[in-house]
Amino acid sequence: MSQPPGPTAPVRVVVVDDHAMFRRGVTAELAAAGPGEVEVVAEAADVDEAVAAVAAHRPDVVLLDVHLPGGGGVEVMRRGQVPEARYLALSVSDAAEDVIGTIRAGARGYVTKTITGPELVSAIRRVADGDAVFSPRLAGFVLDAFAGSIEVAAVDEDLDRLTEREREVMRLIARGYAYKEVAKELFISIKTVETHMSSVLRKLQLSSRHELSRWASDRRLL
Amino acid sequence: MSTATTPAPYEPRRAYRDTQDVVLGGVASGLARHLAVPVLWVRAGFLLAALLGGFGVVLYAGLWMMLPSDSRFEDTAPGLAGATRDGRRPARRRRLSDVGPAVALAALGLGAVLSLQALFGGGAVFWPTFLGLLGLALLWRQADEAQRERWTNQTGRIDPVRIVFGSGGWASYARVLAGVLLVVSAIFVIGFEGASADAARAGLLAGGLLLVGLLIVIGPWVFGLASDLSAEREERVRSQERADVAAHLHDSVLQTLALIQNNSTDAVTVARLARAQERDLRAWLYAGEATDESTVASALRGAAAEVEDAHCVSVDVVAVGDCDLTEQVRPVVAAAREAVTNAAKHAGTGRVDVYAEVTPAAVDVFVRDRGAGFDPDAVPADRHGVRHSILDRMQRHGGTAEVRSAPGGGTEVRLHLPRTQTQEDPT
Repeated sequence: MSQPPGPTAPVRVVVVDDHAMFRRGVTAELAAAGPGEVEVVAEAADVDEAVAAVAAHRPDVVLLDVHLPGGGGVEVMRRGQVPEARYLALSVSDAAEDVIGTIRAGARGYVTKTITGPELVSAIRRVADGDAVFSPRLAGFVLDAFAGSIEVAAVDEDLDRLTEREREVMRLIARGYAYKEVAKELFISIKTVETHMSSVLRKLQLSSRHELSRWASDRRLL
Repeated sequence: MSTATTPAPYEPRRAYRDTQDVVLGGVASGLARHLAVPVLWVRAGFLLAALLGGFGVVLYAGLWMMLPSDSRFEDTAPGLAGATRDGRRPARRRRLSDVGPAVALAALGLGAVLSLQALFGGGAVFWPTFLGLLGLALLWRQADEAQRERWTNQTGRIDPVRIVFGSGGWASYARVLAGVLLVVSAIFVIGFEGASADAARAGLLAGGLLLVGLLIVIGPWVFGLASDLSAEREERVRSQERADVAAHLHDSVLQTLALIQNNSTDAVTVARLARAQERDLRAWLYAGEATDESTVASALRGAAAEVEDAHCVSVDVVAVGDCDLTEQVRPVVAAAREAVTNAAKHAGTGRVDVYAEVTPAAVDVFVRDRGAGFDPDAVPADRHGVRHSILDRMQRHGGTAEVRSAPGGGTEVRLHLPRTQTQEDPT
């Protein structure tokens, strides 16, 4: 596992949002965290600009609006050819399908625009370090999605279910526990909590090829 | 909105073509959803029926013509609908896993038809028919696509090129070209076949076929226009209603902003006003989440909103699953409200998390804050809030409640109420 840069190296961020005022506000808010924390290297207002900016600057984290001209944040992640960039969705919408769709497309976290500056900085840090940022609401959607009460466009009928442990972790996060507290409550290490998180993400992001080969092998066609 | 008390009017279950999960026209997947069977069965059924002298193909084509497509006017929250119309939300992409079996089925079907053909002969009629049908299917597919795009097109003007090609792209040009070529070559094949015997009759046949082909190609527009009429009427009613609600919201937002200007020195009031307004607007724009007393989740949200306004804290409600708010589960909502109020009053932090999980077996609610905390055993006997309103109330109704707290470590109230499977209404 490659270690993230030390605490002195700023996280390089591209801010993608179609409202200039909002970009300006986020940039100011991130700058207020002090030098060496977060550095905004570029801004973009639509999908094409965002893909170009990500390719040109190779940021650590892309702060991505979900509703964007040109196909939305999902399109940016689909066309982005920079594997080391991590995506953190920042949206005013907390509709279930937007959240689940964005996470399925590869975002490592999802926060709403009511987030405060320091919280946003710490979310960016965590995403840059390879963690997933799950808000209680997000965890609730994940539980709902796997329980089948949200109709997610492409959730296969026989999509992997969450294991009992993963479900417990999600439940605690939905109850407002921080990772550290989840670890304490379940008598596991923080590392294990993060492992559960990433397997939840993996289960939400079944690729088409994976789905197809599983579909075929389940029906003994391979 | 207090429409929850009146029983919903009877709505017949209609079958639609599924425009999201399209393999050919979305007929099979729409039908599968309507009949609640796996889509593979429906596709296999069409295929089997196709062996009965092409009955399945005719049936598919007929249903394609007659079934309305599902998503002409999607009934989502206005914010989401607006973002969708502007192309700012992701479109669903087609799933490979669905195309794979369809291709396999199609290949199998073709093989079956061909082997039947080989057994019983008649290739001379088969090939031109096959070519012609293939061409027509392609043209129809294109017409269908163009029509679907017209619904989502906002300009409203009708452009003749757009009618045929939709928003363009090589796929639509190729479809039209290949379709026309196939139909024309089918006519030619039949024409030349007949020319050796009777040129006049062949010409007549070719002309007739051309006419039929044209009719079939124009078909979707004619049918579409007819069914669009009633849909547009519905849409007009709906948009008027929506305009009323929008006007109302607009006023409420403006009112709030005016109040905020007047109270700009009073941070507490400003925060309260802004929070209430944000909650309203967000619920209307994105979630469509009710805060009335109809279900457990909406009742909890309503209670949370009231506490937010009364005590100036933010209460975050996450609900997984839901059920109707019956007399049986009402105590858990009341106890949760009491717990949230306690947290808002005593915790000293501006934030409370509420998590509710409704399963067929039980209702669980967790109310958590990260505030001052207290020692539950050290609460004097004359204090009734927690003991009576929460612990005793839950016990009386067959549930359990647990308060976990430590000074400095925040408080969590856990409420658990089993749901009996006999859903008798006690009223």
